[in-house]
Amino acid sequence: MTASTAGARSAPEADTFPKLLRRNARLRGARPAMRFKDRGIWQTWDWAAVYDNVLRLAQGLKGLGVNRGDKIAIVGANRPRLYWAICAAQTLGAVPVPVYADAVATELAHVIDNADVVVAVVQDQEQVDKLIEQRARLPKLRHVIYDEERGLRDYDHGRLHALAGLLEAAQQAFDRDATVRAAIENEVDAGAGADISIMLYTSGTTGRSKGVMLTGKGSIDAASDTATFDNLTDRDETLAYLPLAWVGDHYLNYAQSFVAGFCMACPENGETAQQDSREIGPTFYFAPPRVFESLLTRVMIRMEDASALKRGLFHHFIGVARQWGEKILNGEKVPLWARLHYGLGEILIYGPLKNVLGFSRIRVAYTAGEAIGSDLFSFYRSLGLNLKQLYGQTEAFLYVTCQKDGDIRADSVGPPAPNVDIRIAENGEVQFRSPGMFVAYYKEAAKTAEAMTDDGYVKTGDAGIFDPDGHLRIIDRAADVGKLVDGALFAPKYIENKLKFFPNIKEAVAFGDGRDHVSVMLNIDLTAVGNWAERNNISYGSYQELAGHKQVYDIIAGHVASVNEALAKEPIMAGAQIRRFLILHKELDADDGELTRTQKVRRGFIAERYAPLVTALYDGSQEADISTEVTFEDGRKGMISARVAIRDAAVAPVSPPTERRAA
Amino acid sequence: MNETMVQSQPVVASASAPEKLLTVENVTLSFGGVRALSDVSFDIRKSEIRAIIGPNGAGKTSMLNCINGFYHPQAGRITFKGKMRQRMRPYDAALQGIARTFQNVALFKGMTTLDNILTGRTLKMHRSFFWHLFRHGPAMNEEIEHRKYCEEIIDFLEIEHIRKTPVGRLPYGLQKRVELGRALAMQPDLLLLDEPMAGMNLEEKEDMCRFILDVNRQFGTTIALIEHDMGVVMDISDRVVVLEYGHKIADGSPDEVKADQRVIDAYLGVSH
Repeated sequence: MTASTAGARSAPEADTFPKLLRRNARLRGARPAMRFKDRGIWQTWDWAAVYDNVLRLAQGLKGLGVNRGDKIAIVGANRPRLYWAICAAQTLGAVPVPVYADAVATELAHVIDNADVVVAVVQDQEQVDKLIEQRARLPKLRHVIYDEERGLRDYDHGRLHALAGLLEAAQQAFDRDATVRAAIENEVDAGAGADISIMLYTSGTTGRSKGVMLTGKGSIDAASDTATFDNLTDRDETLAYLPLAWVGDHYLNYAQSFVAGFCMACPENGETAQQDSREIGPTFYFAPPRVFESLLTRVMIRMEDASALKRGLFHHFIGVARQWGEKILNGEKVPLWARLHYGLGEILIYGPLKNVLGFSRIRVAYTAGEAIGSDLFSFYRSLGLNLKQLYGQTEAFLYVTCQKDGDIRADSVGPPAPNVDIRIAENGEVQFRSPGMFVAYYKEAAKTAEAMTDDGYVKTGDAGIFDPDGHLRIIDRAADVGKLVDGALFAPKYIENKLKFFPNIKEAVAFGDGRDHVSVMLNIDLTAVGNWAERNNISYGSYQELAGHKQVYDIIAGHVASVNEALAKEPIMAGAQIRRFLILHKELDADDGELTRTQKVRRGFIAERYAPLVTALYDGSQEADISTEVTFEDGRKGMISARVAIRDAAVAPVSPPTERRAA
Repeated sequence: MNETMVQSQPVVASASAPEKLLTVENVTLSFGGVRALSDVSFDIRKSEIRAIIGPNGAGKTSMLNCINGFYHPQAGRITFKGKMRQRMRPYDAALQGIARTFQNVALFKGMTTLDNILTGRTLKMHRSFFWHLFRHGPAMNEEIEHRKYCEEIIDFLEIEHIRKTPVGRLPYGLQKRVELGRALAMQPDLLLLDEPMAGMNLEEKEDMCRFILDVNRQFGTTIALIEHDMGVVMDISDRVVVLEYGHKIADGSPDEVKADQRVIDAYLGVSH
């Protein structure tokens, strides 16, 4: 750490987000703070304008009777106005509670009710409708504010307000009487760093989601540390496309942008994020591994369709990049001719490719959330993309570890982040203390006590080890690591991740704890396998049909066999090779409760739901019948049933431990 | 929604004497010996959603084709906006404010979504070809204005992500949406939709229903639609006219029509 602000703790005049906003409005009032593509054109607000709007919105909320400590739900996609709403709530000392926009009505109602929300600021009619549907459950919710008017004109506006209307009215109030604005500005000063700044609900990988309370000072300290760590300045720019309710968005976009003063651009909508990224050219970027994976799949599929010349060039230079790219990025010694060869590739292939992906200007990119395949990781790094891993948690306000430039590895998540203290408990669990550490779960004192050790460390629930260089490696959820009957170590996620690194496999669920062998259920990737089917003249009418196709089974059997080979080479994991597998007849879906909203598999739930299949995996049968209830996007339910085939997998002989080779 | 999108015409509220936008009186249309329509009369009120239903071959599309001037009925009168209509071509109908979509999507496959929607503005372009050739000054201003209007429509129909995609590459449901967008770009007084939900799945149908209702409510556009999905028809239309073998057999609110014995017979079939 070299920068001067390193380790500087936030001073009282900058220990809440509204105070930071005021500082930014003063220091860099004319610099862009937020952008949003509206009607095809990028609209930009500078810091002074954002401050102005936040004050106006705070005035509007005050007019609706919002007091210090009240909870304000924020529901919707990334929109400047919703970010203003977060800051406006913080200005009044109220606590913003972002909720996942794609949550079904009952989930949304659960969070709003659990958090005692009094005012909800929502994006559009879709969210308003959910709240109206659930209003019987929400007696505490007094007002709803919406951003997009479309379709809401005929609704009863007794307790429903247009955000634009509130801004307008506030402006009039400010113009009439200067003391009104002054009163709101005083509210900014009345806030203290120790106040609860935001409440983020956990994704609920292991049960019902809990409200994690974070303080302003903690959040700002943590964000300052990492902004310094990655040298983020007000010249940087990021695309804010991650869900508002996820800690990652609040940290990487909101908190870091307020701290460093850089600009966050909101995409037109979720589906245009990729195009928008290309137009904006972010310099700081975050995406979960699955995004990098699907980008790579798309690139590869399109390359297959390209002309022979382009395909040849692509494969040649990707080979060059694999050999030298990472070394060049890490600043290692590379012969001149290789540098020249790589430089030519940059002009012909890497540069244009990065441009298409919107990666041209990226200085720092992070990935986290789950393990990333080393091939995938090196692919992007070899193109010259400074992709790094971090390990984090909502309870930590994101960062627990992160990788330093030039010291990057695919199989570890890096050393502790600045000012974070990590230790490994006796049972292998990773525990930490960090500046951004949470205060408590909302209304869940017992759960809070459970998540903390007596000496103030937070239990992550993840099993991990430090390697000799001090880099942390996460193996699995501590609770999920089990043993087969013969005593072999069974780390389900480890196996699942290995399977998921194949583009054809989208999701995997492994079983084996307390059983005599390991079995897996798989989801194929419809894009990749569908493309293969098209190429091979295989017709299919649905996911179910394609998943049950014999040739698809053959392909997947090959993948499972290679995973077994890889497992056989690792002494600790060799005992847990996959003996049997099946391909599920439907895609696992968060709406059916099979995945969390952050797309992690809920293993226990799946085992219960597909109990007949699990039984069949272990009783030696070659097929099994299953029928399951599914939830359609409109909330209606239906049943689908299928006969699923089960295959035995090829098991690799366990080889004596050999020298580990870099992939 | 931006003011530019809002039509100038006031939304009619008086229930006593609803203003008639279009009247069809005793229209008869034959192709050689085939009688497609015989003696059909009905009207379309301002700002309503009017459904035309009937079994296959009942003459629904022929009716729409008469309304927008593509076919010329042998007998009967069509009055639009109070003016009796002489022989007219589709171009004139478009000039008068009638827009339509087609049963089988009729878009320019090689052009992007945006360009397709822009073609809907053709009749509103005033600068000459010469000006547009140079794309400067007044021509540029005009283009910006039209582009802005099209962007409003793109936003309204939630098709931002396919703005620059050639429509030939789009799935059917989206093509239908683009076609609706092109019709909307004309700022029509009367919008004719020929089976807007044909071939769509449940989710796409729901989206389309929402767009149709929003168009009607937000801009006060009068809509006449042909549709086979009875659930959709009964849900969104104000009044329904039922055709069978070129004859009108029922006309009224969805509930009245649903209870009409002749309609039930026409759909379920009776032994003759």
